[in-house]
Amino acid sequence: MDAIDPLLIARWQFGITTVYHFWMVPLTLGLGPVVAFMQMRWHRTGDDRWYRMTKFWGKLYLINFIMGVATGLVQEFQFGLAWSEYSRFVGDVFGAPLAMEALLAFFIESTFLGLWIFGWGRLPKRIHVACLWIAVAGSIVSAYFIIVANSWMQHPVGVELIDGRPVMVDIWALLGNNTAIAAFTHTIFGALAVGGGFMLGIAWYQLWQRRRDGIDTVDVEGRVIVGEAPEILGRDRADHRVWLSSLRIGAVVAMVAFAGVAVTGDLQAKLMFEQQPLKMAAAEGACHSGTSFSVLSVGNLGSTDCDDVTAIVEIHGALSFLAHGDFTTEIRGINELIPEYQRLYGTHLPDNPLYGERAGQEINYLPIMEVTYWGFRLMIGFGAIAAFAAAVALWLTRKGTVPRSKPLMQLAVLGIAAPFAANSAGWIFTEMGRQPFVVAPNPSGVDGVFMFTAAAVSPGVSFSEMLFSLVALTLVYGVLMVFELKLLIRYVRGGIASALPEMARRDDDDDRPDGRASDDDVLAFAY
Amino acid sequence: MEFLPTLWFVIVAVLWIGYLFLEGFDLGVGMHMLFSAKDEKQKRVMLNAIGPVWDGNEVWLITAGGAMFAAFPFWYASLFSALYIPLVVVLLGLIFRAVAIEYRGKGHTARWRRGWDLALGLGSLVSAFGIGAALALTTTGLPLDANGDRVGGAWAWFTGYAVLGGLAVVGFSLVHGAVFLALKTEGEVRHRARRFVKVALPIGLLPIAGWVLAIQFDTGSAVTWAMTAVAVLAAVVAWFANARGREGWAFMMLGGFILLGAAAIFTAVFPVVLPSTIDSAFDLTVTNASSSDYTLGVMSIVALFGVPLVLAYQGWTYWVFRKRVSPLHIPEAHPVVPAVRQ
Repeated sequence: MDAIDPLLIARWQFGITTVYHFWMVPLTLGLGPVVAFMQMRWHRTGDDRWYRMTKFWGKLYLINFIMGVATGLVQEFQFGLAWSEYSRFVGDVFGAPLAMEALLAFFIESTFLGLWIFGWGRLPKRIHVACLWIAVAGSIVSAYFIIVANSWMQHPVGVELIDGRPVMVDIWALLGNNTAIAAFTHTIFGALAVGGGFMLGIAWYQLWQRRRDGIDTVDVEGRVIVGEAPEILGRDRADHRVWLSSLRIGAVVAMVAFAGVAVTGDLQAKLMFEQQPLKMAAAEGACHSGTSFSVLSVGNLGSTDCDDVTAIVEIHGALSFLAHGDFTTEIRGINELIPEYQRLYGTHLPDNPLYGERAGQEINYLPIMEVTYWGFRLMIGFGAIAAFAAAVALWLTRKGTVPRSKPLMQLAVLGIAAPFAANSAGWIFTEMGRQPFVVAPNPSGVDGVFMFTAAAVSPGVSFSEMLFSLVALTLVYGVLMVFELKLLIRYVRGGIASALPEMARRDDDDDRPDGRASDDDVLAFAY
Repeated sequence: MEFLPTLWFVIVAVLWIGYLFLEGFDLGVGMHMLFSAKDEKQKRVMLNAIGPVWDGNEVWLITAGGAMFAAFPFWYASLFSALYIPLVVVLLGLIFRAVAIEYRGKGHTARWRRGWDLALGLGSLVSAFGIGAALALTTTGLPLDANGDRVGGAWAWFTGYAVLGGLAVVGFSLVHGAVFLALKTEGEVRHRARRFVKVALPIGLLPIAGWVLAIQFDTGSAVTWAMTAVAVLAAVVAWFANARGREGWAFMMLGGFILLGAAAIFTAVFPVVLPSTIDSAFDLTVTNASSSDYTLGVMSIVALFGVPLVLAYQGWTYWVFRKRVSPLHIPEAHPVVPAVRQ
């Protein structure tokens, strides 16, 4: 009767809401520590530049943070809403890290961020900046717990199978899951890349704006001559240093992050070759066993029997190096892995009412290869582009400002998107590469601890309910994206003065009868 | 009766009660943004009264959900999937509300603010209603089959109890929000809030009293009847305290009302966490819906350490921001203009 399988809608919904949520989260994770660092520098040095940076980047941080919070609510609820059978199956083990995340991370994050926003001038300086550090730590701890939960789906550990359900027997195995450690560090570095690229692009735009307006000029050797424009709020000499520092910090953060991403990504890939060999083979379009890494493969990546895929450029031995650190160990290809999966996990979905109309269908163990192959490459490609751009940016600004070129400025602003794209591609790759499992089997774990995605969806929820929520959430998310971007752009264009209302009142700030200037600024920073 | 599942039932109940108590006034203030302020300054007084704390309060909901998932996965799965549409609407409401609080002050046209006021007010309203409906239904039952799945279609949950529960939390939040504003603000907002409480408290608390009593008549014991009686008494004291301008007392007494009233409900339904209206053999109880003892043990240690810590630093936040918000504190709007040469 139903036009489309509710399962398909539920999957699209999870994908859309999660990828969307993970546009806000890496910016929160990446920008937070940098803002806290800036505020600490301000306290240590008393240099006004750091104060301005704290306020400006802090403002953008908050505009973005709230969207992460709001869309995060959906994440917590949708397991029960659309994936009730999954929740029942894994609840004993999967719910724990989620509850820990709420209790040990979300409370800290939200409470201390509230203290930071409203605590300007009210809390002693040291305690005030400590509140931000604690909130940032809360975000990082929250990332850890949610990745512990996700990694258990990638690589279930610490459980026994009792009455057909995985039951937790060792929480430390979950918390110390090697998959989780690799994915967590990889995610944090990936987030720092986002934060760094964001700062770099915006600071570039500001420096370019100063040059376009003729405020900053360069001498014959290309060195900057800093000027000021008294008629524009905030465009004084110190403003130049604010943006140059922001740009350099952003570039350095982005490059360090890329190094970290590369190391942790390698670690993660090596684990995946062991834990989910088919995911990695699909990421390679590697139909036959071998040692070569494909730089470019063509043909019908979506085909299931792999016969159409031809590698055009490949590097011999590189795949073995990725997986094992040598050049000769053969990596099993798709054609060899699928029969093994069929032998271990069955050729057809069980005749169980849980599967509904899907019961008895043949199982396709190969993830959608276009997604895994290109997801893997886009992740690496965008990440590398961002790091390269950061290095170029440092070189181009070595004499104190950016070139006057408008296309170059536009490229720097556009470059903000690259690390975001790398993050999304990475998650889409790893989550879709896990299919057809929602809980992937652990090759060295307890037999029977795995779950097909087809069995996970809520049996009682109808097609039309799922469609309603998919449409509603997607529309609302789309509208909110417009508002977030609108505000970010407005505050970016406003520059430092947009985050510092006291700048506008410099000459007439004695007009308050009760002299409550500081409260004024606190609430202007807040709501 | 097993110890750990019972302990976790208590913890989940505490989290929900904490949520109703804390976020109750945030949701109420959100709804009051629709009609209780005379001008922009008053709106900002109201918003800044909950400003430093609302986000931390909302985490009580996330934690209640997470704790249900961890400790009672079958309860979490059945309740949430059965209430698919109302809970999706709750999520949309909470999303709009959160974004509205952060974004409304960052634009400077009247249209921008009016739009976000609507998002904030209506978002608070539908969230309060949906959560109330969900909580009422988990105490009165849903048509669940043997697997715990809802039968009877997308609207099978829509019963008189759903409406009663929805009105209960909306009514309570409106009153609670006004009591909070009377306590935390100065000037006209404070006085209008007090007048509102005077008129609205007896009416606003009627639905929640109806829900408590319905449960008591059904499965109440001497203990829960006593709790109910004290809860009603607390509400009466809250009314008098408000009338006499003792705002602190009014707030505490209303807090006592929700604490005891909700506790009376949770205690009366125990050990059933979600009854099936089809067959009581399909009822979800603290024992058949719970996680293993190992998981509950681990979570107990986490809660033992985490909950007091949360209470301590959230309490500290309320202490730091104990000052009333007055219109004098509210600065003029600060328009953001591009820093460019025209």
